[in-house]
Amino acid sequence: MSFPPKLQAVLDTFELFSDPADRTSLLLSYADQFREVPEGVARRPFGREHLVPHCESEAYVWAIKAPDGTLKLHFAVENPSGVSAKALATILDRSLSGLPAADIATVTPDLVEKIFRQNISMGKGMGLMSMVQAVRSLATAAAK
Amino acid sequence: MSDIASRGYATPGVLVSTEWVAAHLNDPNVRIIESNEDTLLYASGHLPGAVHVDWTADLNDPIRRDYITDKGFKVLMSKIGATPKTTVVFYGDKNNWWACYAFWVFQLFGHTNARVMDGGRLKWEKEGRPMTREVPAITPTKYPARKRYDKPVRAFRQDVLAHLKKKGQLVDVRSPEEYAGTRMHMPDYPNEGALRGGHIPTARSVPWARAINPEDGTFKTAAELGDLYLKQNRLKKDKPTIAYCRIGERSSHTWFALKYLLGFKNVRNYDGSWTEWGNSVGLPIEK
Repeated sequence: MSFPPKLQAVLDTFELFSDPADRTSLLLSYADQFREVPEGVARRPFGREHLVPHCESEAYVWAIKAPDGTLKLHFAVENPSGVSAKALATILDRSLSGLPAADIATVTPDLVEKIFRQNISMGKGMGLMSMVQAVRSLATAAAK
Repeated sequence: MSDIASRGYATPGVLVSTEWVAAHLNDPNVRIIESNEDTLLYASGHLPGAVHVDWTADLNDPIRRDYITDKGFKVLMSKIGATPKTTVVFYGDKNNWWACYAFWVFQLFGHTNARVMDGGRLKWEKEGRPMTREVPAITPTKYPARKRYDKPVRAFRQDVLAHLKKKGQLVDVRSPEEYAGTRMHMPDYPNEGALRGGHIPTARSVPWARAINPEDGTFKTAAELGDLYLKQNRLKKDKPTIAYCRIGERSSHTWFALKYLLGFKNVRNYDGSWTEWGNSVGLPIEK
């Protein structure tokens, strides 16, 4: 499976780090850069239709379509311990926002395993893959 | 939540408050240990001076489905700077679910000088207490090898079968749906491969988190726990009891509550749990 170039570059970077501690630091740096959905797009209480199913971090996702057909992704993570969800949200936003909806719709949830590897656990893996699936669903709908 | 000493627990000393931990952060005789499901959480911020024990990398054998060996425990204790006299205090995410699991694994090696911080990460964070990303520099200690002794606290499949014959008590701590066999995994969790759903015959269904006050992650009082386990579910403190879940992590939390907070005399954790029982050929199952 090939990913959009910016996302592939992120995956390649993770691939370079064989030391789990380095991968953890990289994930944390992404989590630290997380920016919540701006109020111009959504305000609390967020609509349940934006809630990612099966995500224990209570993640929300929005995909705003620009006139040129590209999407801007936005996220909110309500669980203060949702570090992994914030890291993934930042990666998805940085590497997919600005792409045509049809391109984003090709992204598959298996990228979660490539990013998190040993940092993935039972429930978290399911929730993070659901985040990717939610982005994919929004992009698929926007591409129609 | 009320003071731990006033809650009527059988062994109140096994729980310590966040205040107690705050006062012992620099105590050389105390080692604070964070154990979470989310392995990124420790790195994102932890109690000052706390070390990380990862339930997969540090407590489980990397090849076989089993826990670390005597040698592995010796290496772990040396790495975290603990001696046999060190008071280890566990805390973690999800209402101390994984902290209790780590606590239980430590009991396989007889490190009984162990406590759990009531309320775990949730309560500490809610109280606005300090967190840091600084990983403490630990001077490795010499920890003598201890033979792992499973029998008092751990049940294997054959033990559960023998327990069934003797009409021992069983507590299924999974969700009601898993107990009923309508689902074979936790809500919102992936199916990790049990071929059959249901529960071990005669098991009482008491989901583990019912022992917790959800607003701050603290354990309920002995009276509240007694109402739940003894009254509503008619369990007897003096009857041998085995708790189980999916892989033995949620049930270690219940094991902790039954043994230390309610004073059950003989309670073991069946860590093979449903991923073993629900896949084994010919074992009895109820729905």
